[in-house]
Amino acid sequence: MQDAAAAKHDAQEFEPKVVAFLCKWCSSAGSDLAGVSRLKYPANAVPIQVMCSGSVSPIYILSAFNKGADGVLVSGCHPGDCHYLKGNYYARRRIFLVQKLLQFIGVEPDRFRMSWVSAAEGVKYAEVITDFVNDLKALGPQTKLKAKR
Amino acid sequence: MTRRAGVFVCHCGTNIAATVDVKRVAAELARDAGVVFSNDYVYMCSDPGQQSVIDAIREHNLDSVVISCCSPNLHEKTFREASSQGGLNPFQCEIANIREQCAWVHKDRDEATTKAVKITRSAVERARRNQPLTPIGLPVTRKVMVIGGGIAGIQSALDLANAGLDVVLVEKQPTIGGHMIQLSETFPTLDCSQCILSPKMVEVSKHPKITLMTSSEVTSVSGFVGNFKIKVHTKAQYVDPDKCKLCDDCTAVCPVVVPNEYDVGLNDRRAIFIPFAQAIPASYYLDPESCLGLNPVVCGKCANVCEADAIDYDAKPKDSEIDVGAIVVATGFDLYAKDKMAEYGGGKYPDVLDGIQFERMCSASGPTGGQVLRPSDHEEPKTVVFVQCSGSRDPAQHCVYCSKICCMYTAKHATLYKHHVPNGRAYVFYIDIRSGGKGYEEFVQRAMERDGVIYLRGRVSKIYQSKGKLKVLGVDTLAGKNVEIDADMVVLAQAMVPSKGTTEVAKALKIGRDKDGFLAEAHPKLRPVESVTGGIFLTGAAQAPKDIPETVCQASAAASKVIALLSKPELEHSPVVARVRESHCTGCEMCVDVCPFEAITLVEGKAHVNEVLCEGCGTCVGTCVRAAIDVKNVTQLQVFEMLEACMGGE
Repeated sequence: MQDAAAAKHDAQEFEPKVVAFLCKWCSSAGSDLAGVSRLKYPANAVPIQVMCSGSVSPIYILSAFNKGADGVLVSGCHPGDCHYLKGNYYARRRIFLVQKLLQFIGVEPDRFRMSWVSAAEGVKYAEVITDFVNDLKALGPQTKLKAKR
Repeated sequence: MTRRAGVFVCHCGTNIAATVDVKRVAAELARDAGVVFSNDYVYMCSDPGQQSVIDAIREHNLDSVVISCCSPNLHEKTFREASSQGGLNPFQCEIANIREQCAWVHKDRDEATTKAVKITRSAVERARRNQPLTPIGLPVTRKVMVIGGGIAGIQSALDLANAGLDVVLVEKQPTIGGHMIQLSETFPTLDCSQCILSPKMVEVSKHPKITLMTSSEVTSVSGFVGNFKIKVHTKAQYVDPDKCKLCDDCTAVCPVVVPNEYDVGLNDRRAIFIPFAQAIPASYYLDPESCLGLNPVVCGKCANVCEADAIDYDAKPKDSEIDVGAIVVATGFDLYAKDKMAEYGGGKYPDVLDGIQFERMCSASGPTGGQVLRPSDHEEPKTVVFVQCSGSRDPAQHCVYCSKICCMYTAKHATLYKHHVPNGRAYVFYIDIRSGGKGYEEFVQRAMERDGVIYLRGRVSKIYQSKGKLKVLGVDTLAGKNVEIDADMVVLAQAMVPSKGTTEVAKALKIGRDKDGFLAEAHPKLRPVESVTGGIFLTGAAQAPKDIPETVCQASAAASKVIALLSKPELEHSPVVARVRESHCTGCEMCVDVCPFEAITLVEGKAHVNEVLCEGCGTCVGTCVRAAIDVKNVTQLQVFEMLEACMGGE
């Protein structure tokens, strides 16, 4: 039974696992708007709502890869529009560091993305997820940081 | 960590159940360790749905609850309240959003159900580690600042003061009144604008609860809802309003002549002047910019003739700090600059006016004493062209939005012109007529039918001067013809833009602006007078173009929001704030540096959080390299467990 399922899984297209850290004020609200507008996008990304993109510690991102994520998205308010004034600026600086770190350890830096999605940008959120999932499909599974267990 | 979690999965009719197999979600969650109750129901938010939460908490002795339903923005409060009725701390209830972020955006039932399980499981992991929390009580300053003294600010200030609150009304100009006091008549009743506004201005000046600060601007704001500290800069008041007797002797001797802002440059004023007869405060005003010199005194004639001894050349600007509990922003609009309309000769030809200039011309107190005269030769214009949407609805070159009031005020201008010059010809170029409002459509029809204003549907392409006339080239799309009119005067219905200084005010208050620069409301439908920042409210044309009745409505709405806010003896501050693990803190101060609210200080070598200032954003959490700081109920451990839940399963 399990073998059959595995065989079926292999035959199908690779479905990347994605975690999306969404700030409460802009991106989570933007994602809600995508729902209200009944837009369709792939079901690969599971959202985790955080208060601010600035609260996403680099450890969260590495931990997500360690737990088996093929891609991690952090999405916040547009620069200048942070509900907490400057949290997304800190997030932006950190993103750069994390991407450098991923590159250094041999993980494709594109597996980790940041986007600016406001509460009014449901369409953009759907696009961001669709593009990310498509790009991850091309990259294939992430194994470098995934815990062997 | 709790051991007896309860899960409630909502069908939301078919909103969720059509895409997500809610029974499978409930069944899978029921198998999870620590979940002792898991069920589904057609409408969790209904009364029986809420009751089922209350009953299950009591019956199964639940110690945490997850409702898997719509966005937490909608029913988090409902279910936290229900949990609290069941005997739980409200913060032990979490919402899993499986509607907006799952059911509504996916098609494949299997994929959507798998994702819904992950979202719900992740919420359970979070809820199981939530601590019971109690909101932090905050004292409230029962005083309000209203920024802007136009009709919006005046109405808000009066409503607030009549409700017994102390109000500080801050106005940048030397008098209150705003744009409304410049208008001649108002649509659709043709009430005299001054006559209906000046009683309110007098009421402001006499109201014991209102402190009026003119020639003043807000420079910085700190604090938070209920407890703001505002710095206000007041320009030097060279004429003491308490002493000024309004005798006009000073103006008579002043040698300086400059364009009068109140009449939009249609006539002149002196360096010492009164903006208009009904100005509040009722006092002359010395404009240091145009005065020949105050330091050292160059002329000194006005002080010599002032019998009341009201003029003091040594007056100094003043900075004050004011504590208030709430702020109403009513900074109003400006017209889109006429000289940006090069195609219409705006700013180039004196006989091309903007709407407010035409208002001044029609006004009995205006530069022409209420006569319509061409500025260039003071002759009565026999043909006037009114151009609607000048700068509005023009995404290619100017403003993309509709300025909302121009259809109506153009109909009024054309009507007034016909009343002043019955044998004159009035043409209006329009794209559409937008006359929604009580009595508005009838007003436009009256202008067309009774007053004989000629409406041409189409845009004007160019206006230029030729043989003493203004040649207006346009198109009449209904007749399908090009139109050429030799006009004596042109009035441009300029777009409304946020007033000059709106950017600075928004920055000082830390409130957002929309793509057009207007102040952004918290929700376009349900929270139209609130900014996203607690305790700061918006009203009038600073938020979006609107007419006087709508402005008055919104001003009273903002006032009632403030009254509701300040009617409580104490405000509740969210207890979701940062907490330091002292054993891990090395006192490196990185969190102190990044905190946007200056809520963290170093006390005896360890970071210390001021819970009243902390907004729980977690910027400190993302920064701390030793994981020594956490936001309550969004701790790092919780995030790791949520990640595990999101990744788990195939």
